[in-house]
Amino acid sequence: MGRIQLKQVQKAFGDVEVIPPLDLEINDGEFVVFVGPSGCGKSTLLRLIAGLEDTTSGVIEIDGADATDLPPAKRGLAMVFQSYALYPHMSVRKNIAFPMRMAKMSQEEQDKRIDAAAKALNLTDYLDRRPGQLSGGQRQRVAIGRAIVREPAAFLFDEPLSNLDAALRVGMRMEISELHKKLETTMVYVTHDQVEAMTMADKIVVLQAGVIEQVGSPLELYRTPRNLFVAGFIGSPKMNFIQGEEAAKHGAQTIGIRPEHIDVSMSGGQWQGTVGVAEHLGSDTFIHIHGIPGCDPMTVRADGEVTVSYGDTVSLTPRSDQIHKFDANGLRMS
Amino acid sequence: MARAVSNGKKIANTAIAGTVGFLMFFPILWILILSFKTEEDAIRAPLEILFSSGWTMDSFAAVQARSDYFKHFMNSVTISVGSTFLGLLIAIPAAWAMAFVPAKRTKDVLMWMLSTKMLPPVGVLIPIYLIFRDFGLLDTRIGLTFVLMMINLPIIIWMLYTYFKEIPGEILEAARMDGASLREEVIYVLTPMAIPGMASTVLLNIILAWNEAFWTLNLTAAKAAPLTAFIASYSSPEGLFYAKLSAASIMAIAPILIMGWFSQKQLVRGLTFGAVK
Repeated sequence: MGRIQLKQVQKAFGDVEVIPPLDLEINDGEFVVFVGPSGCGKSTLLRLIAGLEDTTSGVIEIDGADATDLPPAKRGLAMVFQSYALYPHMSVRKNIAFPMRMAKMSQEEQDKRIDAAAKALNLTDYLDRRPGQLSGGQRQRVAIGRAIVREPAAFLFDEPLSNLDAALRVGMRMEISELHKKLETTMVYVTHDQVEAMTMADKIVVLQAGVIEQVGSPLELYRTPRNLFVAGFIGSPKMNFIQGEEAAKHGAQTIGIRPEHIDVSMSGGQWQGTVGVAEHLGSDTFIHIHGIPGCDPMTVRADGEVTVSYGDTVSLTPRSDQIHKFDANGLRMS
Repeated sequence: MARAVSNGKKIANTAIAGTVGFLMFFPILWILILSFKTEEDAIRAPLEILFSSGWTMDSFAAVQARSDYFKHFMNSVTISVGSTFLGLLIAIPAAWAMAFVPAKRTKDVLMWMLSTKMLPPVGVLIPIYLIFRDFGLLDTRIGLTFVLMMINLPIIIWMLYTYFKEIPGEILEAARMDGASLREEVIYVLTPMAIPGMASTVLLNIILAWNEAFWTLNLTAAKAAPLTAFIASYSSPEGLFYAKLSAASIMAIAPILIMGWFSQKQLVRGLTFGAVK
């Protein structure tokens, strides 16, 4: 079981309130991702759940029991750190065994679990090496191994992939997702990368300045962002925001349209603009277009084969059913 | 960044470095040479000493006959090792607290501790002497161990602090998440990771305590006198006995020199105060 409830949890460092009182519910078996820009309090929130930081006020419940004042070890959670935090003086085997050793588990049981974890994580050949002799991806797998042998109520991941190179990151992303499907254990995952959030999460929690901006499934956040911040944060490339006259036509302060919901043609569209930089990704082309009133530059996602050159004049048409409307407070209208 | 250095430059650099090294080593070499001469030879002109006099062990024999080398040696060992380990007992918790649970004033406390090393020791000689006299600590090994511990404590704490600082906090947090108590965290994670640093701290402090002369000369007479006092006793009002003084010096510095030689690697790390990873 791994149900975590935060009730009016608040955290202040001295006079600085990093997390104003917030409520959050994480259901058993859920993969929850905390996402937000640097300094939004997502790591602090995770550390509060872990018990590595004390709450200033509020209650944290794990499986219905008050865990607010429990030390980290007693919460039954396992954590994977950004820096892996392996014990450099111990072999991989000893690293993975450490939590079981601390729990005074029998040697037999330890060996059994180490072998199972090593097999699942492709570490069998590396059990006698030191962390220093492993690659970044292998180290991360050792850190995960150390977490799974404890059979925790929930896994906490603190930006586990940000030290890996891009290709490895995609691979590890899938491995962690697969692990979640296999173990069906609650996972709480912190990242600043919205792609990781979108691809892995059952539920995304978008944070800004310690405040939860929106909680929802990836597609919910994509389709119906609650406010301008979430609209701009979820989705890549970013949503285009248009203000002024164009927005007023829709009765809104700001309207938003995602780059993939704009059609490009040579003439006859709703807006005219000049092509700036075009980024060719092969499958898609991201075109930055200047000269659209109320939005400069506007990003458009076009077909990979589209051929436009710098300085060309193009015509754009937004799909009317995909226009997001926001009021003067930045909140979604209807 | 690798820079291309011409062969000529390399040879010149090596020659300069060799010369400087030799100049620094020369006094010790000269003491070594003098210690194997008779008193008459030892006061002759340098070239005569080198080329036209015989070699003898007489000075060592004379020194050993006149004073009990072994007693002084044991005093030195007791005082330097004792003060270092006593210092560690205080320094480990202190450095631990400052490295892992720093408070607002931690940096100030560290600077204040270092500043005590800038005070000329003679400034506190009289109060300490009087305290020693009143507590019956004059010329005792316990008193000297205590004073040398205090003298070197700032350095021990600074060194351990910098070593502990190098240990990433996340690793200790990982241990906490893995269920380790504070005691287990210190025994299984912190200490093994800090052992190289602790070793060089111990070595450096033993050397500093061994060589410390000001307090040892002023607070001891006969019973607790370590090797520094033993050397000093050969520069006496009866006149200078170069050969015997040299022999005594060699006997006093040999143990620490040998120890230093074998532990060079640790020491270099210690002296860079943890700056080199």
